[in-house]
Amino acid sequence: MDNWTFGWTMIIVGMGGTMATLGFFAILMGVLKRIFPVKEEK
Amino acid sequence: MWDAVINGVSGLGAGFVHMHWSNPVMIVVGCFLLFLGIKKDVEPMLLVPIGFGAILVNIPIADLMGNDGFLRTIYDMGVSNELFPLLIFIGIGAMTDFGPLLENPKIFLLGAAGQCGIFLTIGLALFFGFPQLDAVAIGVIGACDGPTAIYVTSRYAPHLLGAVSVAAYSYMSLVPVIQPPIMRLLTTEKERNIDMNAVNKSYKPASKNARMAFPLVITIIGGMIAPQGLPLLATIMLGNLMRESGVVGRLTKASENEIANVVTLFLGISIGATMDGEKFLTGQTLMILAFGFIAICLDTVCGVLFAKLMNVMTGGKINPLIGAAGISAYPMAARVVQREGQRHNKQNFLLMHAVGANTGGQAGSVMAAAIMLSVLKGMGIIP
Repeated sequence: MDNWTFGWTMIIVGMGGTMATLGFFAILMGVLKRIFPVKEEK
Repeated sequence: MWDAVINGVSGLGAGFVHMHWSNPVMIVVGCFLLFLGIKKDVEPMLLVPIGFGAILVNIPIADLMGNDGFLRTIYDMGVSNELFPLLIFIGIGAMTDFGPLLENPKIFLLGAAGQCGIFLTIGLALFFGFPQLDAVAIGVIGACDGPTAIYVTSRYAPHLLGAVSVAAYSYMSLVPVIQPPIMRLLTTEKERNIDMNAVNKSYKPASKNARMAFPLVITIIGGMIAPQGLPLLATIMLGNLMRESGVVGRLTKASENEIANVVTLFLGISIGATMDGEKFLTGQTLMILAFGFIAICLDTVCGVLFAKLMNVMTGGKINPLIGAAGISAYPMAARVVQREGQRHNKQNFLLMHAVGANTGGQAGSVMAAAIMLSVLKGMGIIP
């Protein structure tokens, strides 16, 4: 694979993949907080 | 008998006789690293053993990195098989509190934006003619995360390990110098003054169960998305699960203290041992140091610009300065943001938000490396 293709693939898929995955994690964390809410101490 | 005496005497001082010009230069470099660590307090835990290792490996004839050398034994024990960085990650996970990130999960995106420097620097290194896997190792300096840089480099470009590790740890400690000018350049006075104290009240804390579920879910989902990076992700999350569960206090303490300390010593001295003058003193090393600097600048630029975008999208509720904390240099980057924020508004306390972005950067750097390795695998570049 030539450097041009390799570089652009890394930038697009790597950077895009990182943003998308961490965005998904952010949503997951929101879901986790809903599933396990803070219980008020009695 | 005189022959034996003369031969015996010739064995003394053999190091001087066999010295290559690069050896004394590297001994000076090793001393400089020791100076930075001891006198300037620049990452002393790493720079002291690295500096000493660099001195040792540049003493001729001793051949400490030869097949039977003790530095080679340590190197083979945990660097060439990537064990040491992974053990350190357990300790990092055990030390990291992801609570501020869980309070405001959106901030995770800043941890992603802070990794853009990795991929942009890969492109830059390729443009300057570096082979593809070398470019990947250079780009990963932008993770601002020593163990990740060592893990990737020792696996795919071991000949660059010394330069990449020194660059990664040196620039990490220079974050308070590198970041503020970029932060000031990219933000307006009005943006720097944005008060996030009011936003604090809208955040809900995470329960203990959510904190425990976090490392598990991230490991399973992250591992499914990027299996090539699972060792990195799994070790940091194992450490964090031990911390949050609270039932394995002894293991948590051992991970963040004894294990991390012993491994840091071994890791440092074996990285120093890769700095053999004949291989290290090349134009390539200087270029790697330059690219490492560029990578961290690009991380900061992308982080701040992304935070500006978030600020616009939230109607002015995000202070763009916290974008600079989306890198892995923990907690240094968060402290830099807090200090910069207070330079402009004494009543503005950005620390908790910046710590959230900073822990996001820690998880983000690991995830970025994992994704990078999986993309490489997908393209057939690595086996």
